[in-house]
Amino acid sequence: MEQLLSLFVRAVFIENMALQMFLGMCTFLAVSKKVETAIGLGVAVVVVLGITVPVNNLMFNFLLREGALEWLGLGGMSLEFLGYLCYIGVIAAMVQILEMFLDKFVPALYNALGVFLPLITVNCAILGATLFMTQRDYNFSESVAFGLGAGVGWALAIILLAGIREKLKYSDVPEGLRGLGITFITTGLMSLGFMSLGGISL
Amino acid sequence: MANAKKVVLNPLLDNNPIALQILGVCSALAVTTQLSVTLVMCVALTTVVAFSNMFISMIRHHMPSSIRIIIQMTIIASLVIAVDQFLQAFAYEISKSLSVFVGLIITNCIVMGRAEAFAMKNPPFISFLDGVGNGLGYSLVLIVVASVRELFGSGSLLGYQILPLVENGGWYQGNGLMLLSPSAFFIIGFFIWALRAAKKEQVETREFRMAGHTEAEEAV
Repeated sequence: MEQLLSLFVRAVFIENMALQMFLGMCTFLAVSKKVETAIGLGVAVVVVLGITVPVNNLMFNFLLREGALEWLGLGGMSLEFLGYLCYIGVIAAMVQILEMFLDKFVPALYNALGVFLPLITVNCAILGATLFMTQRDYNFSESVAFGLGAGVGWALAIILLAGIREKLKYSDVPEGLRGLGITFITTGLMSLGFMSLGGISL
Repeated sequence: MANAKKVVLNPLLDNNPIALQILGVCSALAVTTQLSVTLVMCVALTTVVAFSNMFISMIRHHMPSSIRIIIQMTIIASLVIAVDQFLQAFAYEISKSLSVFVGLIITNCIVMGRAEAFAMKNPPFISFLDGVGNGLGYSLVLIVVASVRELFGSGSLLGYQILPLVENGGWYQGNGLMLLSPSAFFIIGFFIWALRAAKKEQVETREFRMAGHTEAEEAV
């Protein structure tokens, strides 16, 4: 349990998806103008990561990895090269199912998240977390902790950036830096700040 | 042919995928500590964008629009698997140091973005050229960032020593910040600044205008 907790904290702060691993940057920079939309997108990412990473973990361990197909009598077969195709398929399908489920049972949440859900399919933080999970060989419970932690970390980062940008729009920025340029530099400074958490050993 | 030239050259500076369209930023930041790794990444991405554009454009009349995203994803993922297997076979060391970022070409927004915005509406050959152009626009930014980071961070370019380091008896003190991840953000930020200083039409409009200073008499 303690180990899972430390994995979670590490994923949120030390290996922050957006600020240390640079994943999901496109949406991170494009959809961080308002705190409210940032919260909506952040929650959607937490939910999707919390589901897809464990599901991909199960698929990797029971279908793709070398020797996983033993129960079919195909012990020596490895389907790892099909990984990318399968992961992205699972992610796209999960997002679609989640969208339909929310539409049917939780319309309020669907209306809040609606526009962001399709965006999430192509968010590299989602696929990135899955790839890190297979690379580091996490087991099922670790993958749950890692998925949730990565999501919370990403959400935290985008909400913080949106908070800064809401204030920043009132400031007098040099012409060429206005908009995207200053956002990059702000994110760089935030990333420096998050690096100071790197010294924590868990 | 003039049109083809425009399609290839336009994304370099006038409509750069990273600096203006905000596409494909993630990998631009993470793989730029060494120029050699960056070059491989650029070639890989350009190949994938060009061919995915071409294939998607070929079948654009036969795709039902409701499932087009899945079809595009499948094409892109298959191309990335091919590139990844190729790198693992012929450039294993570099493929190791790119780690997950080869796989992340699938979700690189440039590939999806160009497929949706260009390949769905245009014939195959011109879409292929558009892919090459956008790949080159992406490569331009990455190569600039990687050159700055490698030159000032470790005093070398492509592994050759340009600025002799103090540790090796030279005079140049390597800048440690350049090797850390946040420096990529600053360099891209300044790259955008330089680009927009040269091309004024890319400057974003401000949301709020500063009021003039209050005169001393008014304040009293």
